[in-house]
Formats: sequence, structure tokens, C-alpha cells
Amino acid sequence: MKNGTAPLAVENLTVAYRKKPVVRGVTFEAAEGELIGIIGPNGAGKSTLIKAILGLVPSLEGDVRIYGRPYGQQRKRVGYVPQRESVDWDFPTHALDVVTMGRYGHLGMFKRPGKQEKEIALDCLDKVGMAGFANRQISQLSGGQQQRVFLARALAQDAELYFMDEPFAGVDAATEKAIITLLGELKRQGKTVLVVHHDLATVADYFDSVLLINGEKIAYGPTASTFTPELLHRTYGGKLAFGIPVPAAFSAAKGG
Amino acid sequence: MWEMLNDPNLRWILMGSILLGFGNGIVGTFSYLRKESLLGDVLAHAALPGICIAFMLSGVKSVGLFLVGAAAAALAAAALTNLISRRSRIKPDAAMGIVLSVFFAIGIVLLTRIQHGSYGNQSGLDKFLFGQAASMTMGDVYVLGGTALGMSLICGLLFKEFKLVSFDPAFGRGLGFKVTALEYALLTLVTVVVVTGIQAVGVVLVAALLITPSVAARYWTDRLAAMTVLSGAFGAASGAAGAWISSGVNQLPTGPISVLAATGLFLLSVLFGPKRGILSKLLLRRQAKRDWISKQLAKAGAGAPATQAGTANPAGERGASL
Repeated sequence: MKNGTAPLAVENLTVAYRKKPVVRGVTFEAAEGELIGIIGPNGAGKSTLIKAILGLVPSLEGDVRIYGRPYGQQRKRVGYVPQRESVDWDFPTHALDVVTMGRYGHLGMFKRPGKQEKEIALDCLDKVGMAGFANRQISQLSGGQQQRVFLARALAQDAELYFMDEPFAGVDAATEKAIITLLGELKRQGKTVLVVHHDLATVADYFDSVLLINGEKIAYGPTASTFTPELLHRTYGGKLAFGIPVPAAFSAAKGG
Repeated sequence: MWEMLNDPNLRWILMGSILLGFGNGIVGTFSYLRKESLLGDVLAHAALPGICIAFMLSGVKSVGLFLVGAAAAALAAAALTNLISRRSRIKPDAAMGIVLSVFFAIGIVLLTRIQHGSYGNQSGLDKFLFGQAASMTMGDVYVLGGTALGMSLICGLLFKEFKLVSFDPAFGRGLGFKVTALEYALLTLVTVVVVTGIQAVGVVLVAALLITPSVAARYWTDRLAAMTVLSGAFGAASGAAGAWISSGVNQLPTGPISVLAATGLFLLSVLFGPKRGILSKLLLRRQAKRDWISKQLAKAGAGAPATQAGTANPAGERGASL
């Protein structure tokens, strides 16, 4: 992790909605080629953290560097998969067209997407198992399929650093599998991916590193040494009282 | 219908109405999809004080000056709406409602002052309230034609960008597009089509030509490009119908008839639109029901002989499949 060239370096980032800070002084540095899970309870500021990094919500304080430079200069190297509810799925367009939007940044102003862009987009749809739905009106897709269309669009963007806001939320098994395959593929290509994640049971399987936050950073590091019952307890406080058995099972599995 | 083409005046009205409807329909598609259907109404109503102030300052009745005043006031209203919804907890729709009525009230106050003041009754500014297509001249038609052409060109050139900011502006920003600039470009387009339409249709109704054709067009297609063109066509057809009907029947106003024609097209679309229309949904449901029943009957029929033969499982199988 050489300083300044890390895909993402966040320094003392503080974000407030009105007066109340939701993210307080978070500092961490993402290592190239890692899948990183952002874990924490509801209202811990996971999504807010991502949005602040991308400048979608204003931050009170702090510095964000993407490959050593401010985000404004590095937009094209960054892909963002927002929560599915952020758009109106009744928009008059089809799946392939949405994925083609991922290529718009490469095209620049005025130029229309041509055959090449459509082929790349179709390829990306195929990678999330959605090639058969290319011409489907997007409102006719299930929630999981819509999520996969968003992932394919991010893939078409061909970025180096990805942010995904709860891609696993409320999706079916097929979509979950598609997302996992995709994450693996991105990792193979040496991309860095940060994923806001809720399901503690799967954290150890999916992520190389985890960032535990609850307003402030609780811990950040390799999953094996960071995703521990003690640290999780600190992250979730009393909310984990009714015993999510996962971390225990995980450490037991690692131990035995 | 054709005799009206022999009258040069009626010809200008017909062409002007068609061009006006077309430009409105094209631009309205994006307003509608961006859930800013009320924006056109705000801009149109806000234009009234702008027209009055332009007249009070200059003292002359010049359509060019009126358009400038109208556009300036409309943009001021848009900026104010934006400011209110950003700086307070008031949602955009409420902000639009407030700004629309305030500007319109100021407009009516000024209009009354003008009519009862030293300017005299001859100003004719009240025509802008409900519009008067009959006063359309060749010059107006050129303005409307230029507007319609400009709208089509800009929407064609920036089609991909407008699609992006209409569907997912946050993503567009992430791709490095100047989303705010594009949003202002769209706002300017809406202002221009609305303001150029005021003379013919009036501030109260002009926004209907912006939204109704695009809502109707949405019923016929799931593709944005097709929807945009169709919306323009619906707008043009509404304009043509307005001009034609009002020329045939005495004392009927062109603008409001155009709006009614657009509403007629909308109703037809709601009823007969493929997939989304009421009728096609009903037919689809009936078809599905019939298919399901015939499938069940086929299964039951296939199961029947087996039951008579008294073999072991068919009863259980039928129970499960039903």
C-alpha cells in the first residue's frame, strides 16, 4: 500500500445531515485489487460514507484521494452502483440501453453509442447472466434482475475502483450468485471494489478486508483478523444482543 | 378542411399551431420523465408579470420585448423554485405551487393596473391570459418554426445526455457529464417553447401542450426515441386539430381546442395503448385466464381415464396440480 497511489485514501472524513454528524472522522486506505466490505448497523453511515466519498453529499471535513488525486479529476476511474430504488424503473428504455449508459463517459458529449458500445454492453449483460433480457423493458424485470442491470452498467463503465451500495439487498439466489461471480471477475481483473453489506453470514466468504463502522470507524483490516466477535460487538453495540451466531461460527471454523 | 388552406391567415394559424404543438411535444417528453410536469405551468404563469413589466417599462406593444420579459420572469421563477426546495424542507412540488401562484398573482395585479391606468385599454395584454391564435402572423410562424427546428436539433444532438439526466442524473455526474449545465439547458428549452406558445395558447393553458402529448405517447412505446418523436407528432396533431376545428366553427378559440384535442389523444392512448392501455390489459387478463382454464381442463382430461382404470396415484396427482 504505497501512499498516494492507493485506489482510495480517505482521511478524517466527517459528514453531517443538518447538525448531527453521521460519519465521524473516518480514515482508511483501500488496497489495490481488494474486495472490501463496509459493515455496520442501520444508520451507521455506510451509504453516507460512500456518497460523501463520491461527492454526492457534502462533507464537513476530510480529504478523499482516488489514485492520489481528488475525485473530481478521477471520475472516469470510478464506478458506482447506487441502490436500486434511486431511479424510476418505469422509464421508457430497455436493459441493454441502460447498460450502454455505462459507455457514455467514454463517448463524451454529442457522440451517439454505436455498434461497438452495444457489443460491449451486451457482453456485460452476459457477465451478469442477463443477455437474454437485453431487449426487455426495465420495468418488466424483477428486483434482482434490475440490480444485475445496474451491475452490468457499472461493468460497462470499465472503471478501476467500484462502489456498490447494498447490491445484495433483497435479491434472489440467482442474482446473489451472479453478483458473487462478478465480484470474483472484477478481482481477477485487479479492480478494487467497496461494497456496503448487510448480511454478516456471508462477509467472511466474500471480502478480503472489512471496514467496520458505526458513525465512526471501529476497525479496518483483513477479514480474518478484523471480522471478529469482539470487534463486531463494538460495531453493533447492544443491537447484536440476540446473538447473530455468524462471527462465532466463523472464528470456530477458522480455529478448527 | 382544405378550403382553409386558401385563406392565408388561416394557413398561418394552422402552420403555427402545428409547429407549436410539435416543439412542445418534443421538449415535454423530458419534462414529464424528469417528473417536472408542473414546471411548464410555473414557467408559463410566471411569464405574465414579465410581459406586463416589459410593457410598463417600454410603453410599446412589441411581441419581441414581451418574449424577453416573459423568458426572464419564467427563469426567475424557476430559480426561485430551486432555491426554495434546496434551502428549506419544502418539497419541489410545493415550492412550484407557491411560486406559480405568487408570480401569477403579481401578473394579474400588474395587468389590472395597466388596463385601468394611463396605458389605456388598448394594450391588449389580456390576450396573453388565454391566448389568441387568430392574431398569428407570418412573423410568429417563423418564430415558432425556428423554435420547433431548434428544439428538434438540440434534443437530437443531446439525446444521449438528456436521456442520462432524465433517468439517472447521479450516475451521469459520476461519468463526468456536466449534469447541472444539462439540466439548465433543458430548463431553457422548456422556457423557450412555453414562452413562444403564450401568444397563441395563453399562460393558463400552454403547459398542457407540453405534458399531455408526452403522457399519451408513453402509452404506445417503451423506447425514449420513439416516445419523443411520437409526442412531437401528437403535439402537432393537436395543434392542427385546434386550428382546423376553430376555423370551421365560429367563436371557438384555437388554443383551448388544441389542448382538448391533446386530451382526446391522451384518452385514446389510455384506452387503446398496447400493453399499458386499459383495453389491452383487460384482454391480456382474459387471455391468461382462458389459457389457464384450458390447461387445467387438458390436465383433468388426461387424468380421467387413469382414474377410471383405478390405478394408484392419479387422485393425488390431480389434487396437487389443481
